[in-house]
Amino acid sequence: MEYSPQELMVAAAAREIHDGEVVFTGMRLPLIAFALAKNLHAPNAIGLFECGLMRDTPSPELLYTMGDPPNITGALWATRMVNVMGLLQQGCVDMGFIGGAELDRFGNLNTSYLGEPKSPSTKLPGSGGAADIASLSKRLVVIMAHEKRRLVEHVSYITSSGYGTGGDWRKRVGLLRGGPSAAITTLCVLRFDAETGEAFLRSYHPGQSVESVRAETGWDLRIASDACETLPPTEQELAIIHRYDPQGFWTH
Amino acid sequence: MNKLMTMRDAVAQFVPDGSSVVMGTALESLIPFSAGHEIIRQHKRDLTLVGPISDMLFDQLIGAGCVTKIIAAWVGNVSAGLAHNYRRACEQGIPHRIEVIDHSNFTISLALLAGGLGAPYIPTYSLLGSDLLKTNPTFKETASPFDGKTTLLVPALNPDVTILHVQRSDEEGNAHCWGNLGISEEAALASQRIIIVAEEIVPREIIVSDPNRVIAPSFKVCAVVHEPGGAHPSSVQGYYNRDHEFYHEYHRATRTLEGMGVWVNEWVMGVKNRAEYFQKLGEERWRNLQLKNHRNAAPVDYGY
Repeated sequence: MEYSPQELMVAAAAREIHDGEVVFTGMRLPLIAFALAKNLHAPNAIGLFECGLMRDTPSPELLYTMGDPPNITGALWATRMVNVMGLLQQGCVDMGFIGGAELDRFGNLNTSYLGEPKSPSTKLPGSGGAADIASLSKRLVVIMAHEKRRLVEHVSYITSSGYGTGGDWRKRVGLLRGGPSAAITTLCVLRFDAETGEAFLRSYHPGQSVESVRAETGWDLRIASDACETLPPTEQELAIIHRYDPQGFWTH
Repeated sequence: MNKLMTMRDAVAQFVPDGSSVVMGTALESLIPFSAGHEIIRQHKRDLTLVGPISDMLFDQLIGAGCVTKIIAAWVGNVSAGLAHNYRRACEQGIPHRIEVIDHSNFTISLALLAGGLGAPYIPTYSLLGSDLLKTNPTFKETASPFDGKTTLLVPALNPDVTILHVQRSDEEGNAHCWGNLGISEEAALASQRIIIVAEEIVPREIIVSDPNRVIAPSFKVCAVVHEPGGAHPSSVQGYYNRDHEFYHEYHRATRTLEGMGVWVNEWVMGVKNRAEYFQKLGEERWRNLQLKNHRNAAPVDYGY
């Protein structure tokens, strides 16, 4: 069965959504992951979108952005951003997805500046809602391209906090909860050690290996003792993804 | 008071050089592109742009040289990628350097909420430990006087003007807006004045038939502009869909500085107003963005 790397990532992302959870799924591949999870194992999941929307059904059409008209049609709630972000700050949100340009060994993300902020070599778009989701949700799942220049020992700028310098850093800086639970990359799935906050390789995607993942990672990546191959998307998962993104805008 | 005027007059009178201007408050929808383009045509300078994510409107104003400061959570092109003009300004000072005050979506909404409340600041637990605290010198980290917990104080913002694109308004600026609201209410309440850009101008009776749908107090509205299609390529719920391809075309066209010049000449400087913009866009393209089906809300009874 053939599938694209993005389709595998959508399937892996969907599996991070548990039934009955309240999740932030407002960008790119996670928009499709929400639709997939709702159709399969998480029919009672609730989707929150920081633009001010809540849904308990996937949007009827593919979304290019969370604010597209089909996402508003049939929404359970159309409201102000502060209301949705307020729920997040209260601790009502189980999980949120965010993307990243740079990720480091403790799950910190940079989407703001490469190089010195006053004269950056690359100006990235900034936080959007990502820093809030990383600060305030109970779990964070990162979706990103896996390249050596992106998975770095230390990010040059922390837009969205992971586990900082590790250990009890989040608690020390005043964050109430949360932290990354997974990073789904184009090559693998990383998880984070509950004590130290350090990333480790949980599974490598079909066609990859421990070595190929380590070769594209900018630090000495730890490997789970039971590291294995990532489950590929099933026929059923692919059928739903194709139905939702027939042109493959996000998934090809 | 009838506040109807042309976009040209509204921008000329109420967006002077040096203003702080809030746009794109609903996030990806209802972006006042026609107002932004008129700002470019009038060569406005030294503007501070305030917003959550701006999608590509802020990038256009930066590339056109109108902007010296950005107070925002995100500047890019949501479905197409990075913002080339924002990058050129920050990385190379082209057309000139801009100052960036970093926010997240939550903190920009809290800053405007505080402004609208007339409160000095609002505390939050968001962003603690992040480097946004370094690139936004207006934030203050402090122990809460109540329980000693670390909190981030987000100071109020009171911008000069918020430009809101809405579905319908009366001539006084009593305006109905629906769909997700983003930070539209907070921005409008925090600002000194509001420019309403409406798809339709309707009698006052339509507005007062449903006061829950009113977006802002009309006594703050300084101008009402009737500009059908003024949010294109962004969407307006119940009126037209998002022109996704337009964002990709812009992304490809503005990769180089020369390309940006060509794009602005073609789509902004080369047209006098929104009517000419639509002639250029073409009837077929516009027709394809129209609603495929209608979803009317059930009426509600405000009787007593």
